[in-house]
Amino acid sequence: MSRKLDAKIPAGPLAEKWDTHRFEMKLVNPANKRKFSVIVVGSGLAGASAAASLSELGYQVSCFCFQDSPRRAHSIAAQGGINAAKNYRNDGDSVQRLFYDTIKGGDFRAREANVYRLAQVSVDIIDQCVAQGVPFAREYGGLLANRSFGGAQVSRTFYARGQTGQQLLLGAYQALEKEIARGGVTMYSRHEMLELVVVDGKARGIIVRDMLTGELESHAADAVILATGGYGNVFYLSTNAKGCNVTATWRAHKKGAAFANPCFTQIHPTCIPVSGDHQSKLTLMSESLRNDGRVWVPKKREDCGKDPSQIPEADRDYYLERKYPSFGNLSPRDIASRAAKEACDDGRGVGPGGRGVYLDFADAIQRLGRKAIEERYGNLFEMYQRITDEDPYTRPMRIYPAVHYTMGGLWVDYNLMSTIPGLHVLGEANFSDHGANRLGASALMQGLADGYFVIPYTLGDYLATTKLEKVTTDHPEFVAAKAAVEERTKKLLSVNGTRTVDSFHRELGKIMWDKCGMARDAKGLQEALQEIPKLREEFWRNVKVLGSAEGLNQSLEKAGRVADFLEFAELMCLDALQREESCGGHFRTEYQTEDGEAKRDDERFAYVAAWEYAGEGKPPILNKEPLTFENVHLSTRSYK
Amino acid sequence: MSASLHATGKGMNLTLHVWRQAGPGAAGRIVDYAAPDISPDMSFLEMLDVVNERLIAQGEEPIAFDHDCREGICGSCGLMINGSAHGPMKLTTACQLHMRSFKDGDDIWIEPWRAKAFPVIKDLVVDRGAFDRIIQAGGYISAPTGTPQDANALPIPKADADLAMDNAACIGCGACVAACPNASASLFTAAKITHLGSLPQGQPERDRRALAMVAQMDEEGFGGCTLHGECQEACPKGISIDAIMQMNRDFVRASATAVQAKEWSGAA
Ligand SMILES: Cc1cc2nc3c(=O)[nH]c(=O)nc-3n(C[C@H](O)[C@H](O)[C@H](O)COP(=O)(O)OP(=O)(O)OC[C@H]3O[C@@H](n4cnc5c(N)ncnc54)[C@H](O)[C@@H]3O)c2cc1C
Ligand code: SF4
Ligand code: FES
Repeated sequence: MSRKLDAKIPAGPLAEKWDTHRFEMKLVNPANKRKFSVIVVGSGLAGASAAASLSELGYQVSCFCFQDSPRRAHSIAAQGGINAAKNYRNDGDSVQRLFYDTIKGGDFRAREANVYRLAQVSVDIIDQCVAQGVPFAREYGGLLANRSFGGAQVSRTFYARGQTGQQLLLGAYQALEKEIARGGVTMYSRHEMLELVVVDGKARGIIVRDMLTGELESHAADAVILATGGYGNVFYLSTNAKGCNVTATWRAHKKGAAFANPCFTQIHPTCIPVSGDHQSKLTLMSESLRNDGRVWVPKKREDCGKDPSQIPEADRDYYLERKYPSFGNLSPRDIASRAAKEACDDGRGVGPGGRGVYLDFADAIQRLGRKAIEERYGNLFEMYQRITDEDPYTRPMRIYPAVHYTMGGLWVDYNLMSTIPGLHVLGEANFSDHGANRLGASALMQGLADGYFVIPYTLGDYLATTKLEKVTTDHPEFVAAKAAVEERTKKLLSVNGTRTVDSFHRELGKIMWDKCGMARDAKGLQEALQEIPKLREEFWRNVKVLGSAEGLNQSLEKAGRVADFLEFAELMCLDALQREESCGGHFRTEYQTEDGEAKRDDERFAYVAAWEYAGEGKPPILNKEPLTFENVHLSTRSYK
Repeated sequence: MSASLHATGKGMNLTLHVWRQAGPGAAGRIVDYAAPDISPDMSFLEMLDVVNERLIAQGEEPIAFDHDCREGICGSCGLMINGSAHGPMKLTTACQLHMRSFKDGDDIWIEPWRAKAFPVIKDLVVDRGAFDRIIQAGGYISAPTGTPQDANALPIPKADADLAMDNAACIGCGACVAACPNASASLFTAAKITHLGSLPQGQPERDRRALAMVAQMDEEGFGGCTLHGECQEACPKGISIDAIMQMNRDFVRASATAVQAKEWSGAA
């Protein structure tokens, strides 16, 4: 039976929903806040901002992360910037425009009310971060600098050199440390959540492994917040940090939280290509490079091995300029990525394995001078050279698309609560705001919006209106959850087969990249749905995990994460298979226009696919939340 | 699996001498490993991955080391490579160092950060919790989440904002401590003090911050600073030792103010 998903969108005009809702929500009496305990899993932008803000309000917060310090969460790596509808440039930006751009960028697969709220609170985020001392870039007059980003026609992106994520995270981390010192937050670093505990239908705690001692701990609370980031590492190679995983959200899914739109993943067009089998992750090169670089491949296959300088102008195919004359090299992420794949599939890719295209700065250097290019991109060129040992001033860069971000995630309602009462999900871990494609500089915005400005209100309402019995960690649900984790750990350690965890992860990644990556079709997805269970079966029969459950054991940590990816991957393929349309990052080759563009099907697919776990070995249940658009007109994205 | 792309004859043969230590209290020792056919295109950590895969195949526990972003920004990785923190390349973390910095036949010594305040947990992994506690002592601006004034209501001269950013770039890796003959955490602490102290928002808590963070640094068992400058050489983010001068000035001024305040309140 499929169930009805209630998104709990407040009534009233779009622009007033959040204000009205804030007024109508129940408050927790200040004296009572300290009686409530809240678990926050994750210390990235979403988790750290939530933990600090909730502690400031007076709740007792426990915060968990798997790194050795909350400051190292993956958010630290974001480079480009953060959007906000400040309209400091007077260039026509507004809450309405940011809202519209986000809905359109997401190819009309996100919920209007959530996105509008995101645009509204975006302005407060910048104020809050400046108050914390985040050193955003400034003009000589002392005011904040902006740039345009990701195809937006207005300059609404705030940045801190190429380290925006780092600076925003350090702001949130410092607020978190302040609260730790005050006693409002208890921090558990190097702790990995391995199970969610649900008591009487409500999320009441988690089981974590202390990664230093190996001990399994039970933690009980009145509410649980997951802010555990995205699942891009299901592809093995991605721009995500090595530890990024699906474990926390997948475990919650298996306890009843619906997983929404898992097939919506974003591929970033400008990453440094794979250099060999040893490759462990991919490095993003800022999209800004496409402002001055021209993308091309040889016209003739036999030229691919040649030195690029030996390939005359007439033998080069500047395919983005050719196919998309008006946007050219600045075509959106999904389109630029697919075009690169097509060129390489056609046998015209360059570099190791033929998986690369050139990004050439020769024209720009000639036009603007080497100095100007150095000023604009010096640090990126350096990074490129450090990794590839090639000089991009004299030889075109090689780039290739890579997995970068996951729009899908646990389903949440307007209050950011999942289908399990008391389980809230923030940041990249939820599905809420980006539809089928995320705009550049909007993930940081969403993480901080969720943590600083949404959850402090909506969690209060939940706690004030829900009857919560006292629960302790000797409750049978805790005991059972802990036993299940113990059992699983034992199993992983006892297989003692012949293949390493990484070798399984790589193989899974290859299946996903080939069949559920930049372009998908029913045939490939069906094959993947055969291959994944086989691989999973082999994993549990043939994986080799050394060491013991006690003490630091990085192989064991990895094994647990890969085991979950091996289950989750199947859901991703199922989701991609059922969505018989192309939209945003989800490109089904069967559904394209005559000239190869994505063909959306609003009649049949204007919904959120929220998958419900049905039990071991049973096919998951697809629940649909219909998307209604009352404030925007559904149109076709065109960049020709 | 597919044919190895890097087995192109370019592979180097290296000998690693790696610190192995089973657990926090355990005795450690250097163990030698052959690392054949290493591609110059690998990062240092990818080289360790390859060695680990081979160790696992032989039934030997892999070498534990901290890492996450592999892009030089999270500050997780940290290795003493042939006696230098993060290895031979300037302004480069271990994860961004590539094997082309080495040559065929090289011996490479790999050890954890050595400092009393960074106890070894296992192999190359150390406990850097002391850094978090130094931040807890005062490395923040108290600005609870709310509705502060508009960001542009407070213009900040570009030079000040740039100085703040230069220092805010610290990734908390601990290389400065590892490189320092006294195992001092001065560069790390000073970077935060200078970041926040360069900004108008950071002024109200400036004195308190300097006193509390320096006190915590001492309490954690880091050594004193004698201005050797090794920290600045090792720092992958180019944090300048000027920050330490700034910290010292802030500390002296704050101490004097504190003494005065005590005298005025008659408490002295
Ligand atoms: C290279 C790169 C550049 C980017 N640049 C930009 C940009 O310029 N602008 C932009 O808007 N977005 C950018 N993004 C996207 C953005 O950085 C992320 O989407 C965002 O930071 C995610 O934040 P988060 O708080 O949701 O999760 P994360 O920062 O990923 O944090 C996850 C947290 O959860 C913890 N955790 C995870 N699993 C567990 C578990 N099982 N147990 C315990 N703890 C767990 C981790 O320890 C961590 O603390 C970029 C992404 C990448 C990869
Ligand atoms: S000051 Fe430099 S070396 Fe020290 S922790 Fe910060 S980034 Fe690392
Ligand atoms: S792994 Fe993040 S800095 Fe090296």
